[in-house]
Amino acid sequence: MSSVDADSAPRRVIDTDKLSLTFQTADGPVYALSDVDLKVDHGDFVSFIGPSGCGKTTLMRVIADLEKPTGGSITVNGVSPEEARLNRDYGYVFQAPALYPWRNIERNVSLPLEIMGYSKSERQARAKEYLALVNLDGFERKYPWQLSGGMQQRASIARALCFDPELLLMDEPFGALDEIVRDHLNLQLLRLWDQTKKTVVFVTHSIPEAVFLSTKIVVMSPRPGRIIDIIETDFPRERELDIRETPEFLEVAHRVREGLRAGHSYDD
Amino acid sequence: MPAIPTMTDAALPAPARGPGLIGRLMSGKTGPVLVVSLVLIAFWYVMTVYMNADWAIQQFERKNVDWSFGDLVTATMEQKRPQLPAPHQILAELEKSVLDRKVTSKRSLIYHAGITLSSTMLGFLFGTVLGILLAVGIVHQRTMEKSMMPWVICSQTIPILAIAPMIIVVLAAIGLRGLVPKAFISMYLCFFPVAIGMVKGLRSPDLLQLDLMRTYSASRWTVFWSLRWPSAMPYLFTSLKIGIAIALVGAIVGELPTGALGGIGSRLLAGSYYGQTIQIWAALLAAAVLAGLLVSAVGLVEKLVYRRMGVQS
Repeated sequence: MSSVDADSAPRRVIDTDKLSLTFQTADGPVYALSDVDLKVDHGDFVSFIGPSGCGKTTLMRVIADLEKPTGGSITVNGVSPEEARLNRDYGYVFQAPALYPWRNIERNVSLPLEIMGYSKSERQARAKEYLALVNLDGFERKYPWQLSGGMQQRASIARALCFDPELLLMDEPFGALDEIVRDHLNLQLLRLWDQTKKTVVFVTHSIPEAVFLSTKIVVMSPRPGRIIDIIETDFPRERELDIRETPEFLEVAHRVREGLRAGHSYDD
Repeated sequence: MPAIPTMTDAALPAPARGPGLIGRLMSGKTGPVLVVSLVLIAFWYVMTVYMNADWAIQQFERKNVDWSFGDLVTATMEQKRPQLPAPHQILAELEKSVLDRKVTSKRSLIYHAGITLSSTMLGFLFGTVLGILLAVGIVHQRTMEKSMMPWVICSQTIPILAIAPMIIVVLAAIGLRGLVPKAFISMYLCFFPVAIGMVKGLRSPDLLQLDLMRTYSASRWTVFWSLRWPSAMPYLFTSLKIGIAIALVGAIVGELPTGALGGIGSRLLAGSYYGQTIQIWAALLAAAVLAGLLVSAVGLVEKLVYRRMGVQS
C-alpha cells in the first residue's frame, strides 16, 4: 500500500483561490460563498461541515460545475470544473438516492455507463462488481421501491463509483438515515476509500461523522459562506467506530465545535 | 391478553362464518355496484312512465276507452316513438340491430360502430402524435411555449360543432374526403389533453434527477429518453384515456355535418330526422359502450407498460 502512495506524490485535485459566489435574488444579493481558499490533494478525505446555509453544498456544486462561481478561480484535476465534468472526472452522490424507479438496481447502477457508451457485458460486469463493493450482491433485479432507504443510498454510491472516477463528491449522503445505519455506512465508506484510493469530498452537519471519516475537516460559517478553520487529522486509514471514544478524537471534535460556535453569529 | 382476541372477533364481519349469497355479494364490490345499477334502472322506468304518460292518455281518450293505471304503465312502454324509451325497448332495438343482422349490413349497429371506431382510432393516433410533438417542442424551446400555447388553448374554446363543418369543407377542397376529415376532427379534440398532460409529464423529473444527468454530461437526447420520457408515462396514460374518449366524440360529431352514410353519428342523425327515439338511444348506448371499451383498452396497455417498466402500480 505504501508503494502506491510513494508512486503518486500528492497531486492537487481541487484548488480554489478567493472563490466567491453571489446569487442575485429579488430581495437583493445573497453571498453564498466568499473568498474560499481550499486545496485538496489526491487521496484526501475532506469534509465540509457547518450549519445549514453556510454554503457547503454550494461549494460542492461549484466543484461539480452545477453552479458557476462569480469570483475567484477554481480548478478540478488541473482544469476548469466544466472540463472536469465533461471529462467525467467525478462521481456525485446526492442527499437522496435519486434512483430511477423504472430501472432495476443493476440498470440504475449502470446508468452512467450506458450514457458513456460502455458495452452491455461491461455494464453488467461493472454493476455486479460495484454492487458487491457496497454489499448489495443479489439485488441486481430488484426495483428501488423494494429496497430500504440505506440500501438505496448504497446503490447510489455504487452508481457514482462504477465508472471509476478518481473524485467522489458526496452531499450529505447519509443525512436522511438513522444513526445505526449511518454508522454502518460510514464504516463501509471508509473501507471503500481505503481500498479504492479515491479522493472524497463529503458534506455533513454531523461533527462525529466529519471527525470519524476525514483526513481534513473544513469548518464553514454562514452569511457570507466562508471557511473559518481547516483541521487535519491523523487517525489510521483503517479505523473502527471505537476511536470515537479516544481523547484524540474528542479533542478534534471539540476544536470543530469551537470553530462552529465562533463562526456562528446569533445576531439574526 | 384475552381482550385482544375478543376485539378481533367483534371486528369480523357478521357473515364471515357462513356467508349467504347476499352476504358474499355485499362484502365484495359486485353487490354494491349491482344495487346502484338497479336503482338507476328503476329510476329510468319511473321516468319512462312519467314522460310518456301524456301521449298515452291522449290515445286512450281519442279511442274513448276506460283505462286503469296498469294500462297506462303498459302503454307508456309500448310506444313506437316515445319521448323516453324504456330500457327493455332499447335492448330489443339493440338485439334487432346487433344480433339479428349481419355485421356487413347497413342496418347493423356493429357496422356503424366499426366506421366510427376506424375514424376514432385514426384521429386518436394523429392527436396523440401531434400532442406529444407539441409537448416536446414546448418543453425544449421557450419561444415555442410562448408562441404555441395561446393557440393551443384558443383552439379548444371554439365549439367543435361550429368548426367541424369548416374542417370538412376545407379538407374536401383539397381532395380529402371520407375517413380522414372525420379523423381530423377527432384529432382536433384529442391533441389538447395529450399536449397539456405531456408538458406536465416531461417536466415532472425533479431537480436532483436532472442534476444527476448533468454530472454525467448527458446530452439533451439522453436526458429525454432516459429521464423525461419514462417520467412522463403516468401523465401520458391519463391524457390518453381522456383523449380516446374525446376522439370518439369528435368522430361522432364529424359524422353529423358530413351527411355521412355510415357511423354512429349518422344513425343519430337519421334517428332524429324520423323521430326514432329508440334508435337514437340505441346508438347512444352503443357509443357509450364503445367509449368504455376504448378507455379500458388504454388502461390495459397502461398496466402492461407499467409491468414492463417494473413500476409499482
